[in-house]
Amino acid sequence: MKNEWPLWEVFIRGQHGMSHRHVGSLHAPDAEMAIKNARDVYTRRNEGVSIWVVEAKNVVASSPSDKGPLYEPSQSKVYRHPTFYDIPDDVGAM
Amino acid sequence: MYAQMIKTAGTSVKSREEMTEDERKFQDRIDADEKIEPKDWMPDDYRATLIRQIGQHAHSEIVGQLPEGNWITRAPTLQRKAILLAKVQDEAGHGLYLYCAAETLGISRDELTEDLLSGKMKYSSIFNYPTLTWADIGAVGWLVDGAAIMNQVPLQRTSYGPYSRAMIRICKEESFHQRQGYDLIRACAEGTPAQRKMAQDALNRFWYPSLMMFGPSDKDSVHSAQSMAWKIKINTNDELRQKFVDQTVPQAEYLGLTVPDPDLKWNEERGHYDFSQPDWKEFFNVIKGNGPCNVDRMTARRKAWDDGKWVRDGLLAHARKKAAAKAAAAA
Repeated sequence: MKNEWPLWEVFIRGQHGMSHRHVGSLHAPDAEMAIKNARDVYTRRNEGVSIWVVEAKNVVASSPSDKGPLYEPSQSKVYRHPTFYDIPDDVGAM
Repeated sequence: MYAQMIKTAGTSVKSREEMTEDERKFQDRIDADEKIEPKDWMPDDYRATLIRQIGQHAHSEIVGQLPEGNWITRAPTLQRKAILLAKVQDEAGHGLYLYCAAETLGISRDELTEDLLSGKMKYSSIFNYPTLTWADIGAVGWLVDGAAIMNQVPLQRTSYGPYSRAMIRICKEESFHQRQGYDLIRACAEGTPAQRKMAQDALNRFWYPSLMMFGPSDKDSVHSAQSMAWKIKINTNDELRQKFVDQTVPQAEYLGLTVPDPDLKWNEERGHYDFSQPDWKEFFNVIKGNGPCNVDRMTARRKAWDDGKWVRDGLLAHARKKAAAKAAAAA
């Protein structure tokens, strides 16, 4: 058995009201240490108000090769955007 | 689509002296425009009121799919059909954002659904009105979504972080909804005399129910005062209704349609339109379950929940079986 610490993905809430955003990753033996390490590695200059850590093996990601089937269908659906509709200037913002 | 007539938990706004130390700190954070996040301490009444409000908002998004879904198969062109389908799909998405925000407060999705189906929780009164003609689909986008936007835009600044972030996402998508509705009813208003009549009829039927969406006047309500102090309600119902009328009347005039209110007139002194209140007796009757479509809406929701049970159970059983097989293979 390898004695390597697991990899953790780190998410930081930059300021009140914002979503947590992925900022990077780090190694730590457990969740508690991962939070402490994340605090030292990623918030030394007051970059955050809250930290989430998730063990990297628990992150399920879409496959890059699926990009076409996943996202191309929305490219042709221009009518989902408000700018598709011609709204006369006279009626005000809408 | 949003919440109305939310009963605020608690009795009234507490003075600073009446507050506990925790409550004072909490109120200070809200007054400083800090967002409250799921793991933060919060008063029980704040939590309970938010669950009611966000839950009702979510239910409205879901039930709101029904009157529009009614016309998907009968849209007059393929393009209008694709647009309507995309819009109804957005409403489902909005419901999901909001249910997830409510779940961060410690209630489960199934509990929320069951509270809707048992009648303990409500959805907006507007969805108890039928969509009788194609022009009604235009009126729903233009007026109903227009009224919802009035309420949702200020809620982007609400004090509860997950709710605020859901509102920001929803507002971004809501603009398409209102514009497609106006575009649709404009096509009717600029069409044949019969189509024009249909547009006027849709405005006639949806005008007052849209005004009801803001709820009765709450300027003297202690419950609203507490919700406003917590910043989970930003404006009074009357303020929002006035704003909606001021914005919508010129849009109706552009279409050459007449707002069905003989007393509607511009008040130079106030800088606002004077207008007639909707029939609040009718509103309370609809809320009580006696609107034209209450029974249909709830029947449709119950049927969807019951008919979907074997799918929910089956997929969960499959996932559990796969997880067990994987664990067995790893052992």
